[in-house]
Amino acid sequence: MSTTTLAVLVPLLPFLGAVAGLLLGRRAPGFVRPLAVLPALASAVLAVLVAVRQGGGPPIVASTELTPTGSVPIELSLYLDGFAALVAVLVGVVATCVQLYSTAYLREDPRYPSYAALVSLFTSAMLLVVYSGDLMVLLVGWEVMGICSYFLVGHYWETEAARSASLKAFLVTKLGDVPFLIGLFALATDAGSFEIPKILGTVAAGGLDHPTLIALLLLAGVAGKSAQFPLHTWLPDAMAGPTPVSALIHAATMVAAGVYFVARLLPVFAASQAALVVMAVMAAVTMVGSGLAALAQDDIKRVLAYSTIGQLGYMTGALAVGDRGAAVFHLLSHGAFKALLFLGAGVIIHAAGTNSLAAMSRMDGLAKRIPDAFWTMTIALLALAAVPPFAGFFSKEAVLVAAEHAAGGHSEFAPSAAGWIVLVSGVLTALLTAAYATRLWLMAFRGRGPAAPDHGKEPVAMTGVLWVLAIPSIGLGLAAGPIADWFDGNGLTPTPVTSVLGTGAAAVGAVLTYALWQRATARAATAPAAAAPAPDAAEQPAAVAAGVSAATAAAESAAEAPEVAEVTHEHPAVPAGPAADPGRALLGPLHRHAADGFHLDAVYDRLFVRPVRAAASLVRFLDREVVDTYVSGAAAGPRLLGSLVRRAQTGNVQSYLSALLAGAVVLAIATAVLANVNAGS
Amino acid sequence: MTDLIPAATTLAAAATGHGFLSPTGVEIAFVLVGLATLGAAFVTVTTKQLVHAALWLVVALGGIAVEYLLLTAEFIAWVQVLIYLGSVVVLLLFGLMLTKAPIGRSPDADSNNRWVALGVALVAAASLVWVVVDAFRTTWIDLDGPAQGSTKVSGEILFQHWVLPFEALSVLLLAALIGAIVLSRKDTAAGGTDDDTNTKGQQR
Amino acid sequence: MHLAYPAVLAALLFCTGLYGVLARRNAILVLMSVELMLNAVNLNLVAFDVWLRDALHGGQALTLFTIAIAAAEIGIGLAIVLMVYRNRGTSDVDRLRDTAEGHEPAPNDQTAPNNQSEVTA
Repeated sequence: MSTTTLAVLVPLLPFLGAVAGLLLGRRAPGFVRPLAVLPALASAVLAVLVAVRQGGGPPIVASTELTPTGSVPIELSLYLDGFAALVAVLVGVVATCVQLYSTAYLREDPRYPSYAALVSLFTSAMLLVVYSGDLMVLLVGWEVMGICSYFLVGHYWETEAARSASLKAFLVTKLGDVPFLIGLFALATDAGSFEIPKILGTVAAGGLDHPTLIALLLLAGVAGKSAQFPLHTWLPDAMAGPTPVSALIHAATMVAAGVYFVARLLPVFAASQAALVVMAVMAAVTMVGSGLAALAQDDIKRVLAYSTIGQLGYMTGALAVGDRGAAVFHLLSHGAFKALLFLGAGVIIHAAGTNSLAAMSRMDGLAKRIPDAFWTMTIALLALAAVPPFAGFFSKEAVLVAAEHAAGGHSEFAPSAAGWIVLVSGVLTALLTAAYATRLWLMAFRGRGPAAPDHGKEPVAMTGVLWVLAIPSIGLGLAAGPIADWFDGNGLTPTPVTSVLGTGAAAVGAVLTYALWQRATARAATAPAAAAPAPDAAEQPAAVAAGVSAATAAAESAAEAPEVAEVTHEHPAVPAGPAADPGRALLGPLHRHAADGFHLDAVYDRLFVRPVRAAASLVRFLDREVVDTYVSGAAAGPRLLGSLVRRAQTGNVQSYLSALLAGAVVLAIATAVLANVNAGS
Repeated sequence: MTDLIPAATTLAAAATGHGFLSPTGVEIAFVLVGLATLGAAFVTVTTKQLVHAALWLVVALGGIAVEYLLLTAEFIAWVQVLIYLGSVVVLLLFGLMLTKAPIGRSPDADSNNRWVALGVALVAAASLVWVVVDAFRTTWIDLDGPAQGSTKVSGEILFQHWVLPFEALSVLLLAALIGAIVLSRKDTAAGGTDDDTNTKGQQR
Repeated sequence: MHLAYPAVLAALLFCTGLYGVLARRNAILVLMSVELMLNAVNLNLVAFDVWLRDALHGGQALTLFTIAIAAAEIGIGLAIVLMVYRNRGTSDVDRLRDTAEGHEPAPNDQTAPNNQSEVTA
């Protein structure tokens, strides 16, 4: 089979799987799991094959026009370059992992068949976006993803939060999609084609008439899909969906689509300096804001959601400084470790029975209950915090190197202002990222208090997937050299300056968080009577016993994790108390605002929701009071006349007869008068 | 209006040479009796005493019988006396008694519709009188010659020319008789004794 | 004789009867007024018959028929009035308002049996 045929099969297989799953889901429950997993697995394998065959060489372009479609032709076309091949591999692998994980995670769910089919459809749409060489076909996948995310986020539609979150996700992304569509049309009109190669050719020839306008319009759609400021608010709320869906959305599909789209059309954006600066500012605000917000969140999934926003900010920043290689490299490594983080978080939630970090910090031995999740999460968090030699370090360094490159004025098109913005915010975000990663790890796994509930061993389908994903989280960074050849050829290896800067910031953040956490736990220990709940005082011996067992557990884990050994030995038994949250101390007065996502929802409420509501009530008033007045007036008039006529119906025969005879007399007189007048004339 | 019957008018005017203001004896008698009749009719429709109304109706109907006589329709005059005075008024008096009409003055004999009725009646009277006078100003009846309404003449025309309607009318009268009996019967078909008492009560 | 005399008399009698029909409350008095109107018409018939000297004497024959029909009418009419009186306890025309807009069944039905018994007694 030719590479083109294989590439066509990659998005087609999950699509067929989705259709079959939707059709057969209820009738043949036995086929649902194979139908969910096998197409994803097959397309992942095929994507790897395509990537191997493409081999980072020149782009493979194939297109076929089904039917003439007016002035600007729309074609079914493939555009396979290194980016597409590698991102497709990522999507395939993550989707396969998610499908595998879901078979265990949602095994009790009665709606699993439709869920699996939607995930397949989601994957298929993303693969279409990745491979498509035609912007219109890309848009089809783009919108299918939007509607799938709506359904998947609202999977638990019995809960109010899921319903409103799914609506919010749909509406906010649609808000960006409208300018995106207009931008696509403008771009196609300027270039005369929806074909990516032709558009790139036009841009290279300087044939774009309104580069800034088009870039900004497209950027709105990208901001919506990739959850960049100010359209990022849907992403934290989308945590109401099942955890595997969050993994899929955050790691490989939905949010990646925006970054990937910009990477594909980077020359279009690079044609406008203003667009790049706007993108840089957007990335910087997104990065720093989401880092601060992540520090204050209590829900483990919301922390991860804000971290996703921040990492996407890195990618956008890399694009803003004109290095799409770095952006897609970070996309790949982030996809691996973020999928791992979310799936691991799913296991943690499963084991702890709660989403709340504060509740987890009051549990002991959570790490021991779920050793697989503990270890893989540790790896993923290290990668997230960009600790060498994990994957996150290399990809983040690539972004910082690109930013430093641009800041120094060495980039051929990116302005140095964008470079400085991205560099400064990137370093700052590295600090914040390390801080919240440390906080998450400490609060989830180093909790003090009663032993965590035992839910039995987690299924292999869940834990095995974690280890599969742990491999790229560790090792992908080492592939930075070879991968660079697949991209534009810019080096992706870290430089000493940025390494020291980034890792230093991360170290500062981690150490600071750790110190604050230690202080917080110490304070909680010194004031147990004031802070501890009443039952704890009554069960003093039990608490001591628990403390002993916790100490032994901590000692065991300390042997495995040297860097925390001292802590557990110094404070062997901390009774349950208020959650020791280093984020609260780190953020200080900012904490309250950060926990609320800097009140952005409230601002949107003021700016958009309330005016719209007011306008709606005005329209309602006009309809009820003004338009309806005419309608009811039209009814009231005849009714009034009718009641007047009805009043004449007294039932008195004599009055009827009087009226009848009076009329007869009048008619007779009229006849007589007329006859006389006629006779006289 | 006068043009409607020009031939008759001119014929009558030519045949008789009376002036409008030179009444004959018959006319004087007619007018006097007519005034009495009209007065009795007025009292009939205005009196507060119901039984008196029936009695004044006797006077009015009798006056009309006299007018028939003056118009040489003697058979009709006697039929008027027989049927109206003899039976209809008696029936009406029975009806008053059976519905327990109050003896003496009853203040609510007239309904609230009185003034409307008066207006309609006055306007109708004015227009009718105007039209009639306008039409028959110059018309006279020739009362001379053979009697037109004698019993012989009436019998001849009734049983020569109008015999079929006459017989049909007898059927109508029979139907009315039966209908009146059926309507007046009490509606209790429960027992014969009950029925008997009812009919007795009604007869009495 | 001047034709205007009987014609005017008939018109005035008719209007008197008209007033009675419209103004009287008791149904029997209304019937009396109807008799007056019928008689006014009869007078007209006779007068015009005499004036026209009709060979068939249609006016007089019609008068006879009218008298007969009036007799039948008064019989039926009185029977109806009696029945109404028995059922409703009244023979006042302006209280029989079953066809009025928004009419509710009057409490007259309760009084009817009493009256009935009194009538039959």
